[in-house]
Amino acid sequence: MSLEYENDGALHAKLIEEVLSQYPDKAAKRRKKHLSVAKSGDEAGNESEVLSECEVKSNIKSIPGVMTIRGCAYAGSKGVVWGPVKDMVHISHGPVGCGQYSWSQRRNYYVGTTGIDTFVTMQFTSDFQEKDIVFGGDKKLERIIDEIEELFPLNKGMSVQSECPIGLIGDDTEAVSRNKAKEHEKTIVPVRCEGFRGVSQSLGHHIANDAIRDWVFEKKDVEFEASPHDVNVIGDYNIGGDAWASRILLEEMGLRVVGNWSGDATLAEIERAPKAKLNLIHCYRSMNYICRHMEEKYGIDWMEYNFFGPSQTEASLRKIAKHFGPEIEAKAEAVIAKYRPLVDAVIAKYRPRLEGRTVMLYVGGLRPRHVVTAYEDLGMVIVGTGYEFGHNDDYQRTGHYVKKGTLIYDDVTGYELEKFIEGIRPDLVGSGIKEKYPVQKMGIPFRQMHSWDYSGPYHGYDGFAIFARDMDLAINNPVWNLYDAPWKKKAEPSAAIAAE
Amino acid sequence: MPQSAEKVLDHAPLFREPEYRQMLAEKRLNFECPHPDQVVTDQREFTKTWEYREKNLAREALVVNPAKACQPLGAVFAAAGFERTMSFVHGSQGCVAYYRSHLSRHFKEPASAVSSSMTEDAAVFGGLKNMVDGLANTYQLYDPKMIAVSTTCMAEVIGDDLHSFIENAKDEGSVPRDFDVPFAHTPAFVGSHVDGYDVTIKGILEHFWKGEERTEAEGIINIIPGFDGFCVGNNRELKRLLHLIGVSYTFIQDASDQFDTPSDGEYRMYDGGTKIEDVRKALNAEATLSLQHYNTRKTLEYCEGVGQATASFHYPLGVQATDDFLMEVSAISGKEIPEAIRLERGRLVDAMADSQSWLHGKKYAIYGDPDFVYAMARFIMETGGEPTHCLATNGTSAWEAELNELLASSPFGKGAQVWAGKDLWAMRSLLFTEPVDLLIGNSYGKYLERDTGTPLIRLTFPIFDRHHHHRFALMGYQGGLRVLTTILDKIFDKLDRETSETGVTDYSYDLTR
Repeated sequence: MSLEYENDGALHAKLIEEVLSQYPDKAAKRRKKHLSVAKSGDEAGNESEVLSECEVKSNIKSIPGVMTIRGCAYAGSKGVVWGPVKDMVHISHGPVGCGQYSWSQRRNYYVGTTGIDTFVTMQFTSDFQEKDIVFGGDKKLERIIDEIEELFPLNKGMSVQSECPIGLIGDDTEAVSRNKAKEHEKTIVPVRCEGFRGVSQSLGHHIANDAIRDWVFEKKDVEFEASPHDVNVIGDYNIGGDAWASRILLEEMGLRVVGNWSGDATLAEIERAPKAKLNLIHCYRSMNYICRHMEEKYGIDWMEYNFFGPSQTEASLRKIAKHFGPEIEAKAEAVIAKYRPLVDAVIAKYRPRLEGRTVMLYVGGLRPRHVVTAYEDLGMVIVGTGYEFGHNDDYQRTGHYVKKGTLIYDDVTGYELEKFIEGIRPDLVGSGIKEKYPVQKMGIPFRQMHSWDYSGPYHGYDGFAIFARDMDLAINNPVWNLYDAPWKKKAEPSAAIAAE
Repeated sequence: MPQSAEKVLDHAPLFREPEYRQMLAEKRLNFECPHPDQVVTDQREFTKTWEYREKNLAREALVVNPAKACQPLGAVFAAAGFERTMSFVHGSQGCVAYYRSHLSRHFKEPASAVSSSMTEDAAVFGGLKNMVDGLANTYQLYDPKMIAVSTTCMAEVIGDDLHSFIENAKDEGSVPRDFDVPFAHTPAFVGSHVDGYDVTIKGILEHFWKGEERTEAEGIINIIPGFDGFCVGNNRELKRLLHLIGVSYTFIQDASDQFDTPSDGEYRMYDGGTKIEDVRKALNAEATLSLQHYNTRKTLEYCEGVGQATASFHYPLGVQATDDFLMEVSAISGKEIPEAIRLERGRLVDAMADSQSWLHGKKYAIYGDPDFVYAMARFIMETGGEPTHCLATNGTSAWEAELNELLASSPFGKGAQVWAGKDLWAMRSLLFTEPVDLLIGNSYGKYLERDTGTPLIRLTFPIFDRHHHHRFALMGYQGGLRVLTTILDKIFDKLDRETSETGVTDYSYDLTR
């Protein structure tokens, strides 16, 4: 179902102007390229065209001192791509902090015996000390790998996730990995995801993808009986169980999901991937690299899909089915028909409570566009969206999703986001933990759209029901009406941000 | 189909429905190439043995599930305790996203900090330009009264010199010449978050005190709380006590308002904190007291150096530790401890006496920062409990010695063992081989609770999976009551759960306990 609306482009243009006026000139000039107002979806729909009047510059360095919301390459590799691979031990190689802050925070669900054959919610670190910086950490890494082998012998492999100092002190984690892999007959993958590389998480995704290509593929004989309906699900990290709510649909339509990257994944699922017939990619941003590689090297087609909300789920099921022909197409139709009553009931229940409510998003890889239609399925209106670490191709793809006048912000700063939210006062903001509490203080409902705010799954039909419930409970909770003390005259609309 | 609009099932019930269980079982069987069940079971049993424990404790390089964070987290927390102060962390930007998230997840509050966003070119050429531009942007956008600079390990490895960079930035007009930009080098590969706290406070004091004339103001006391996830409750409680005594005091670093702003429609990026003016004046105080010795070793040394009397405590909670603290305050200020406080003390002792039968002889494992572990061990012994395992990943040999001395002072410390520098995977072996009744720690302990069945009591930072505990004081006699009640609740809940099977344990499920 498509929702027709247009956003207040003039207001949004004015807000952009206002925030830019607060920066020093040099910074204003740079930030200007990241902020814009969308043209209509149709105008922007052509991939060769850009989304907005003034092209959004993306995937370039953040400005110092402005409170970027971005993370680093390590976060992109260990936190996103490698961390969820459950039967491997991922060593946060360097000082203790990176591993500590990312320990168990992404909600990559899995089943396994943690600490015995599964290691996702554990923090393995080399806990670098000054002497390791001075004398190098390669010897320590060797020792760590030996100790892991002794204490966690059921691990299927390891990855060495480099933190900032590793690349600066010239350690050779590749040599250590190669030697130790031979000695222990294990897969050991060095990943050069030092946090200072690149401009955001994004390069970390790319480096992590390349490490799979270089250190996992074609390293072992993979025994596998192929079927014509074998697919890999790529770029689903099973946050709150997303990949499971997706898998159940794919299996129901007759496909065989031979690997899930990388939520709830085992190393075997990664190794076997080149034998599949089709790569289905959900988070394009973080894993398109390996799909392109598999296409070139092994001739495997890849297809983007979107399992947020019934409109996109249906369209995606049909698109995927079409690739496999009439038999699967018929099954896909049966799946769609089976879940139709659930979808209708969810919409009947929640749409009246959410109709017309406005939403601002600011998230990571795919969600700034992928969830748009899910909101629209509930009658909600997207007034602004942006990516922490999107590239140009993400913004092009966003054109299909957003309406004219939508405020677009790339690598938004804390200051800008707060000003935009204050100026627009949407009914809901969907972003991350760092944004959650400032927004709620303003009296605006908020949902974390990285972790699903400890809920989920949001993928597929089962997930849509939860998504709808969660948006309703966020917006329609009575607490938002209790903010003003009754004896106090209503305050002027707050100009709360720091600069005031 | 388990899902319905009437009763929406989220992850917790959804994946336990038969459809999903079957799907996951088939995934495992057909695609995961797992180890045979018996192999997994055997290894799991092996990890419970003394043999595994010995290997585990013999680790020299690998650290698994440590109970500590890195220095700059302490720096960011410390800076949050000063009036309109923005943390500026010089180095890679991802670190700052991590500190902010970490603090927000615990306090359920905004946590602001900026990064100088250094990337590969800065790794080669140094981060001066990032400092110059960054300070200018922060100053203009976030209107701080002070910018407290610390470092990530990246900036430390390449050897950026904060002092000269900040001078350079001032020369280039990033911030006015007289604008306060204290700094501290906080490499992540040295110490832990408690040391980052220490050097940050020292850096701030040095910034304001260096070269200033000190005129001693008798009876006035500075209080440095240390890195404390319960600062919201604790600082307010301590102020109440100090107020009752009638002593003049200054909290040096107080994040209790910053991490507890009200919801009234206004987002306060800055709230509360020690006033800049008060930091200046604090030079004149007669004494500086640290509530957490191992958080303030360098700072106290500096305070001594400027001529102040100093004393330090270990997270004063419970009876005797609170006594010690109050008597020290009384001695310095020359003010009597009022009767009202003596009554409070009596009420805590009363509560402990009421409950002593449930606490006497209980065995505990305690982990956390050094001062916290010391405090809990002391209080547990006051209740007749035995602090069997005391573990601090960031505990030093000095801490180990001091704690051993404490344990030796009481018959209840007789069987206790101190584990300095060990991690929570080591704790797992300890709990399997020498089990205890209760585990005191933070949210990370939930994995130990699951694996070993030891009930977890969350009493220290970080607490992610329970809400609002940090709003209540642990320090002082009132805090002692809170700790006492929390422990008792855990004991009683467990006993009720274990005796609640109708037709089996109708006995023991007592109405009055």
